[in-house]
Amino acid sequence: MVADASLFQIFMDGVFIKNFLVIQFLGLCSFVGVTKDTKSAAGMSGAVIFVMTLAATVSFLIYNFVLIPLKLEFLDLISFIVVIAALVQLVEFVVRKNVPSLYRSLGIYLPLITTNCAVLGVVLLNVLNEYSFIQSVVFGASAGLGYTIVMLMMSGIRERTTLVNVPSSMRGLPHAFLIATMLSMAFVNYFGVIPL
Amino acid sequence: MDPLSEFIRGITKDNPIFGLVLGLCPTLAVTTSIDNAIGMSAGTAFVLICSNLMVSGLRKQIPASVRLPIFILIIATFVSIVKMVMEAYFPPMYAALGVFIPLIVVNCIIIGRAEAYANKNNMFYSLIDALGSSAGFLLVLVLIGGIRELLGTGGIAIFGTQLVSIPINPITFMILSPGAFLTIGILMAIVNYRKAKKLARGG
Repeated sequence: MVADASLFQIFMDGVFIKNFLVIQFLGLCSFVGVTKDTKSAAGMSGAVIFVMTLAATVSFLIYNFVLIPLKLEFLDLISFIVVIAALVQLVEFVVRKNVPSLYRSLGIYLPLITTNCAVLGVVLLNVLNEYSFIQSVVFGASAGLGYTIVMLMMSGIRERTTLVNVPSSMRGLPHAFLIATMLSMAFVNYFGVIPL
Repeated sequence: MDPLSEFIRGITKDNPIFGLVLGLCPTLAVTTSIDNAIGMSAGTAFVLICSNLMVSGLRKQIPASVRLPIFILIIATFVSIVKMVMEAYFPPMYAALGVFIPLIVVNCIIIGRAEAYANKNNMFYSLIDALGSSAGFLLVLVLIGGIRELLGTGGIAIFGTQLVSIPINPITFMILSPGAFLTIGILMAIVNYRKAKKLARGG
């Protein structure tokens, strides 16, 4: 389909034009769940960039060198979810053993990522778009970067508006969704119109 | 436990979207039209019912320490079935829903019901619970899809039949992604408002 897309185009797609959170609605649980303060949003984003890039790499290898030669493409979903779960577990072990300070800041967010649809979404979109190895990795990393940008913007806005006096029934989630509306408008209007 | 009240609980108090706030991604992404909303709820309902039945039937055999990976495998199997059936028999629907059909696997509603309900109750009640949650999910998706389709295209069409049309300029904004956030934000505020009012009346 777009297998011949240039790396720059894939990068811009991942970060802005097809932004995972505000355009494609992948990973919304964490978007409204952990954006109450910037620190936890940053921790979650760090973990997501890391796992997304790794998952894109590993699942490409598994899909193309194990599932396709064995004609087991119909098992893609099951194998991807197992791969992501195993990967998250592995990353947790390695980080805890070798970089304890990073573990303390990412620690509790790592298990959450297994069920984050953004990570599985990257992997599935890579297969759907028939990206090559380099393209898959670039797409994974740029999608993680786009996720980070929006998470940080969102948590910054939410931090600054905690003391704003909104009607009581609008507090919490409805308020977060209205902020997301404006962020999403910005992304649709500024980046959606640029022809690449 | 009364089966009917268990069923209604899935629509009202434990409504997947407004009560438990689970499974937001498909709710916002596929609700550009009522057709898509119905297709998505049908897929989710099938997986939810089958996985609830299977988890409940096997709950005595599943060791507690590895139950989550087993749940995920059970769910992934049924999602693969839905994906293949939809790809083969409803290709336009499959194309419209795209990557969100395989993503049912990580929909928190399904694993949430498996963990919170089916793992503790017998098969009959698990079935009722799954039916109730599916009905709640369907209603919310159709509501959001209806609002967005009506305002975004100026009319509602279900599977090719035009039902309603209003004389307005279509607001493309509602079909694009910001419209989804706006719709769910306002609906959630209305739900909160009703809840607060009910509480104030002492109900």
